[in-house]
Amino acid sequence: MSDSTAHEEPELIQLLTPEGEFVQHPDYPLDITPEEVRGLYRDLVLVRRVDAEAVALQRQGELGLWASLLGQEAAQIGSGRALRPNDMAFPSYRDHGVAWCRGVDHKQLLGMFRGVTNGGWDPAEHGFHLYAIVIGSQTLHATGYAMGVQRDGAVGEDGTAVITYFGDGATSQGDTNEAFNFAAVNNAPIVFFCQNNQWAISEPLERQSRAPIYRRAAGFGFPGVRVDGNDVLACLAVTRKALRNAREGQGPTLVEAFTYRMGAHTTSDDPSRYRPSAETEEWKLKDPISRVWSYLAANDLADDAFFAAVDAEAEELGERVRRDCRALPDPAPLDIFNEVYAEPHTHLERQRAEFADYLASFEGAEGVVR
Amino acid sequence: MSVITYRQALRDTLRSEMHRDENVLLLGEEIGVFEGSYKITEGLLKEFGERRVRDTPIAEEGFVGAAIGAAMLGLRPVVELMTINFSLIAIDQIINHAAKIYGMFGGQTSVPMVIRTPGGGGQQLGATHSQNIELFYSFIPGLKVLAPSTPAEAAAMLRAAIRDDDPVLFLENLGLYNTKGEVPDEEVVAEIGRAAVTREGTDITLIGYSRMAAVTTRVAERLAEQGISVEVVDLRSLRPLDRETIVESVKRTGCAVIAEDDWLTYGIGAEIAASIQEGAFDYLDAPVRRVAMAEVPMPYAKPLETAAMPSAESITTVIHETLSAVGRRVG
Repeated sequence: MSDSTAHEEPELIQLLTPEGEFVQHPDYPLDITPEEVRGLYRDLVLVRRVDAEAVALQRQGELGLWASLLGQEAAQIGSGRALRPNDMAFPSYRDHGVAWCRGVDHKQLLGMFRGVTNGGWDPAEHGFHLYAIVIGSQTLHATGYAMGVQRDGAVGEDGTAVITYFGDGATSQGDTNEAFNFAAVNNAPIVFFCQNNQWAISEPLERQSRAPIYRRAAGFGFPGVRVDGNDVLACLAVTRKALRNAREGQGPTLVEAFTYRMGAHTTSDDPSRYRPSAETEEWKLKDPISRVWSYLAANDLADDAFFAAVDAEAEELGERVRRDCRALPDPAPLDIFNEVYAEPHTHLERQRAEFADYLASFEGAEGVVR
Repeated sequence: MSVITYRQALRDTLRSEMHRDENVLLLGEEIGVFEGSYKITEGLLKEFGERRVRDTPIAEEGFVGAAIGAAMLGLRPVVELMTINFSLIAIDQIINHAAKIYGMFGGQTSVPMVIRTPGGGGQQLGATHSQNIELFYSFIPGLKVLAPSTPAEAAAMLRAAIRDDDPVLFLENLGLYNTKGEVPDEEVVAEIGRAAVTREGTDITLIGYSRMAAVTTRVAERLAEQGISVEVVDLRSLRPLDRETIVESVKRTGCAVIAEDDWLTYGIGAEIAASIQEGAFDYLDAPVRRVAMAEVPMPYAKPLETAAMPSAESITTVIHETLSAVGRRVG
């Protein structure tokens, strides 16, 4: 694997080493207070906890499926915290950390994976769209949205930048490559944030791309940068700059966050069947949370009381996640007709009426029909 | 009231809707500088500028996907696909995204976009450029599919499609672009999901849509001279489908022939025939018959292409056969 071109690691932007040493990068100077770093640490710990609870809930049969973000917390929190309220994110299905940064309640994420809702949050309110399930499709939606933002003149310092999240797997899709091209020729205010977690289900990176992913941007005519995806500070700094460039009319940037999917693709697969455990062990040493802990502790930027408080908050959150998940109400059968069309539709009205009659034909049906 | 072509009716409507609503914008291949492969967008780039009329690269999946994103922002993109054949390249964005975002996103984001595209055949464009695959989209919950057959309907239905909050596939037809008809001067907005009895009759119901609606009207006129009274139903909307209008007509006439510009097996006509037997079984005096294209890839050679397509003659023949099966002496 190390001799594969796709796995060369040139120009990896890193501000915080795996050992927790902070090193400024000339192109990405980061001015950050200890309080802000503590805030990022808290984010990382809490989203990892929500994620772990969700995996466990799926194992207990409470969720149909869950796509774990384990290992990718820094890429998501770093980039998510770089966003401003006006910005709009188009995520994929693993981006729970970005959802966290955008203020989406865990109940709404769990509701989707439990299958009791189709996602209840207002994308405009949160600046965070609903999860795209089809690989790469959201990159085009984000590009069209960004072209619309540009058309409306909602750019500049107080304007909107658009960011879209996708994985290494999506870079093989036509949609993603068409999005790159459209964004480039239109100079759209967009950041393509690729979390390269090295695996598209069981397909390793060297079978997906001969060239490093970030270098593809050059062929489309815009900058690409590879950042240490397990370094929350580098992800913050790099994404912040890319968003600023987008707002200021400099067009798209491709950010390749070089990270690793520590868990399964989703709860429906077992990575031990296709992935060497030595590789996973190696990446454990680059854990996104422990390096922030080391940095804070070694520099006396956080005390034991702080770490204990975050742990206690995680415990409390975990308990709340479990309770909230089990309390989510099942939808009523007639709800299937609710969200097919935005406007009234004669077929649906007929089907709804027929189905309501059918449900009402059962004895004691009052509790069923709504 | 003025007499204009189907093409002019579409162009006038795009123009007036763009004046009415700043959020209406056009995207597609060759629609700007080139003014459209079929000149529907002639003059619009000059009038509205690049901000409203966007030429796109040759990437249907790309610009349909981008239009979906623009619609999610609240704009009202009207996309032109050069022909419905090219929708195959964009079919994932149309079926998996335009049609499903509203539902899969919990009703939070509607996709108010229109995909305008001509079907056709009869233009010697060969097998890959002459298909009528509106069935694919008519099959999909979450989409609406409109198929106007006259200039007046083209205007009223395009207006309705642009103002509708759901994604609409708007089916035009290469063979209709030059046809002329009266279009009211005032702005008429069609009701989506309504078929029309375009000619009343008592002997038989003849059902068509798009180009076939125009052909069926001519057939009915010709048969009237022979004393056969044909009731013509223009479907106008393939989804939602107005079953009531079809069924009520067949209840009056007792028999039906469907003319369709697609292939017979699993075609639009199959759904119409099923709807008729469900709704008017006891009223039928003869089996419902369908006239469709020969089930072959469309030939390029003119005589072969003509042979593959349904015609006024083939429809007339099947009407005579149906009436003879009914055993009714007509004319």
